[in-house]
Amino acid sequence: MTTEEKILHGGAYLFRDTPPSAVFTPEDFTEEQVALGETTEQFLRNEVLPHVERLENHDFELMVSLLRRFGELGLLMIDAPEEYGGLELSKTTSLVAAEKASMYGGFSTAYAAHSGIGTLPLIYYGTKGQKEKYLGKIITGEWLSAYCLTEPDSGSDALGARTTATLTPDGKHYLLNGTKQFITNGSFADLFTVFAKIDREHFTAFLVERTFPGVKPGAEEKKLGIRGSSTTPLILEDARVPVENVLGEIGKGHKIAFNVLNVGRLKLGACVVGGGKYALAEGVKYANLRKQFGVTIGTFGAIREKVADMVACLFASESVAYRVGGMVDDRLALVPKGIPGYYEVYQNGIEEYSIECAIAKVFCSDVLALVADEVVQIFGGYGYIQEYPAERIYRDERINRIFEGTNEINRMLIPGTLLRRAMKGELPLQEEVMKAIGRLSAPGAEAPAAPFGTEKALLQNLKDAFLVLSGAAAQRFGKKVKDEQETLIALADLAIGVFALESAVLRAEKISASGNASRASLAEAAAKVFAFRTGEEAVSAARRAAFYVGEGNTLQMLLSGIRRATRYDATGLLDAKRRLAAAALEKDRYPL
Amino acid sequence: MKILVAIKPVPNPDEKVKIKGDGSGIVLDNIKMVVNPFCEIAVEEALRIREKQTGEVVIMTIGPKASEQQIRTGLAMGADRAVLVEAGTDLDSLAVGKVLAKVVEGEKPDLVLMGKQSVDDDNNQVGQILAAVLGWPQATFASKIEFAADNRKANVTREVDGGLETIEVTLPAVVTTDLRLNEPRYASLPGIMKAKKKEVKVIPLASLGVDTAPRVRVLSYAPPKQRAGGGRVADVPELVAKLKNEAKVL
Ligand SMILES: Cc1cc2nc3c(=O)[nH]c(=O)nc-3n(C[C@H](O)[C@H](O)[C@H](O)COP(=O)(O)OP(=O)(O)OC[C@H]3O[C@@H](n4cnc5c(N)ncnc54)[C@H](O)[C@@H]3O)c2cc1C
Ligand SMILES: Cc1cc2nc3c(=O)[nH]c(=O)nc-3n(C[C@H](O)[C@H](O)[C@H](O)COP(=O)(O)OP(=O)(O)OC[C@H]3O[C@@H](n4cnc5c(N)ncnc54)[C@H](O)[C@@H]3O)c2cc1C
Repeated sequence: MTTEEKILHGGAYLFRDTPPSAVFTPEDFTEEQVALGETTEQFLRNEVLPHVERLENHDFELMVSLLRRFGELGLLMIDAPEEYGGLELSKTTSLVAAEKASMYGGFSTAYAAHSGIGTLPLIYYGTKGQKEKYLGKIITGEWLSAYCLTEPDSGSDALGARTTATLTPDGKHYLLNGTKQFITNGSFADLFTVFAKIDREHFTAFLVERTFPGVKPGAEEKKLGIRGSSTTPLILEDARVPVENVLGEIGKGHKIAFNVLNVGRLKLGACVVGGGKYALAEGVKYANLRKQFGVTIGTFGAIREKVADMVACLFASESVAYRVGGMVDDRLALVPKGIPGYYEVYQNGIEEYSIECAIAKVFCSDVLALVADEVVQIFGGYGYIQEYPAERIYRDERINRIFEGTNEINRMLIPGTLLRRAMKGELPLQEEVMKAIGRLSAPGAEAPAAPFGTEKALLQNLKDAFLVLSGAAAQRFGKKVKDEQETLIALADLAIGVFALESAVLRAEKISASGNASRASLAEAAAKVFAFRTGEEAVSAARRAAFYVGEGNTLQMLLSGIRRATRYDATGLLDAKRRLAAAALEKDRYPL
Repeated sequence: MKILVAIKPVPNPDEKVKIKGDGSGIVLDNIKMVVNPFCEIAVEEALRIREKQTGEVVIMTIGPKASEQQIRTGLAMGADRAVLVEAGTDLDSLAVGKVLAKVVEGEKPDLVLMGKQSVDDDNNQVGQILAAVLGWPQATFASKIEFAADNRKANVTREVDGGLETIEVTLPAVVTTDLRLNEPRYASLPGIMKAKKKEVKVIPLASLGVDTAPRVRVLSYAPPKQRAGGGRVADVPELVAKLKNEAKVL
């Protein structure tokens, strides 16, 4: 299949079939990506994990030296262009590094803030002069970086920022005034990308060096989790920033902020996959050691079921993150390097998948939440005690559903963007809704006997349910649907479930065809367990949406459509769960 | 100085291994292979020697085509090129020594470095056999290697029971590496990207004309006995009694 044929428009997965060969999965990793993953993982195991306690106690000198060593290993230069000493590798490559660096939340947050949101604005929007001045230092780790969008009174509402920038009478500097809040790497970063409004109006990004007069990081926050990372305010009092340090165009700061967030969300998806695998491994190792009633607790069905659900969800989560990475890479491969306005075209390519990036962020972080919670449960009382790893895993997990756009903001973005694109005529949503209504009201056909036939039938039905409910919502609320958050969130839950299930099933199909029988059996089990789960959750989301938008006959029609759409014959579910649990407990880790 | 480093792919020592039902070997399905940790130390030492002097570091391995992955690890660490003798089946130590000797004869290095043993079978034989086949001096269990100014001789500090022994060998020689010789570097990302462009010369085993018929046959594998678990003693006299009568260590 050529790249052009593989390209799917953002959001189009909801009404198009995708063949397994069109999705990127970890089975497609190049040898280099595998090797990179190994290096990163070894580094974490040998150099970071043994020092978690020091890092948790804010030994930021150690954190800085670890980040610099990451720089020596080339792990800070993955996204940077070759002409500035970078490697300019694919997004999936940076996802591999992000995943493997995430065994410890404090470190992965510092790493992501530096190499992601801290570095990407400069790469995407910096001038030649700015890149020559700063990028070399940033990608070697000589300088560390931070991203300053949030303010005390504007978090989700990032464009409501109050920090101001005023040109000095001689026209050489801007004076920045205001406070940035919750800045990761704040206590030690050398370069800050700061968003401020010129003349209280034009939202603009600035490259601000720590040593510029008037720049002062505030006190370290005391946090629930990721305590190894530094989070401080950044206080700007007549901070003198040379005019050459305006990043991108004046008044176009929002583009920088949002485009960088798309990539940030995708990377967060990969990070939490890594965090989840680590957590699961700690859980199963404990389950293999802890004895109660004369046997290890890993022999109990109650524990094995938790393990199985975690494995299945992590399989889906991994499938989602890398699939989206692959979609972005395929799209970016069409942009010829070196054309004028390269990064603008490149940004449009990423923006195409803002829906999928949001899905990766929400879905994968929700999976980590489930995993962290169940791992504490497996540890029993010891899960509540700081000496054991589950306690930190549980605290570290929580932030992922808040930063890079809260999961609510990201959820609403999903149907919101779809509807907006449909109204602009970029997606044939209305047409597809009509077709879906036709399919869903026709008597249900038997699921085809082909491999994964039942899962694919469920998938198709869930897509139809989403489309029909979206149509009903649009009909009920018209243009105001964008303000109907309860409905939008229910629709988002459906859309997320569809994407995750499709990613898991397509990947399982790919593994199934690969000839490795033991992996195939596990992947099939994971697909089944996850399909069952998605179906059950879809019932709740779809019924919620139906009651929000439907009345009388329409409501009854919607409800009976949902009943049909969410039917899934999960024969063999128990056996599938037991297979997944046995494999994880045998290997002491995520088994796929 | 030209250095030839032998490396062996072994099952990842961090993984739990399972023995096949019939005891004929271990289950290698879905087990990741890695470079034997002692061999990684040998690669590191070779790179440090090259960095101090000049020269070339060549990796050699005997194994299936898939061993190229572990070879790439060595190349990513910084080795210049590699030779893979492609062999379908496992060879015993004598055969490995003889095959490596053929590669050495072709490459004519000043020094052969290799791990003192591999963490799979723990034989600790190949380095010694290789030196004997070549008729070269050998220094095993090295924890320090220093060269004379003219590179004709090396002083090798060996870790022996109860202390250290320093010996002088004339080069070319075979040196096997111990744990404390150095701490191997991580393969960097630029190193990994460069590694894929480095040469790996593949030589079919049959083409070397070496008699590799096994002299040693593994009869069976068995897992170590499960620990029975500990018990509590009430006081010191009971402990002493148990150590005397049950454990029989006093
Ligand atoms: C440890 C940590 C590190 C961080 N690192 C950085 C960093 O490096 N750089 C940076 O710029 N920022 C950073 N942040 C800030 C982070 O991005 C924000 O906390 C996040 O965007 C949420 O903003 P807020 O805290 O002001 O919450 P609010 O925006 O006040 O949200 C509170 C609640 O209201 C909901 N809500 C808000 N608006 C809406 C709406 N329109 N509709 C429905 N619900 C809504 C939210 O979902 C949330 O549940 C960090 C935060 C933390 C805690
Ligand atoms: C903060 C705190 C305060 C406490 N206060 C007190 C107190 O005042 N007095 C007191 O006596 N105790 C107290 N406890 C102990 C508490 O009651 C135990 O932690 C709890 O009963 C669980 O036991 P455990 O920690 O040994 O976990 P385990 O029993 O080891 O359980 C580990 C996991 O295995 C599962 N499991 C265990 N057995 C089975 C089985 N047969 N089948 C299926 N699954 C199984 C559990 O559900 C759990 O998920 C306290 C604990 C904490 C953390």
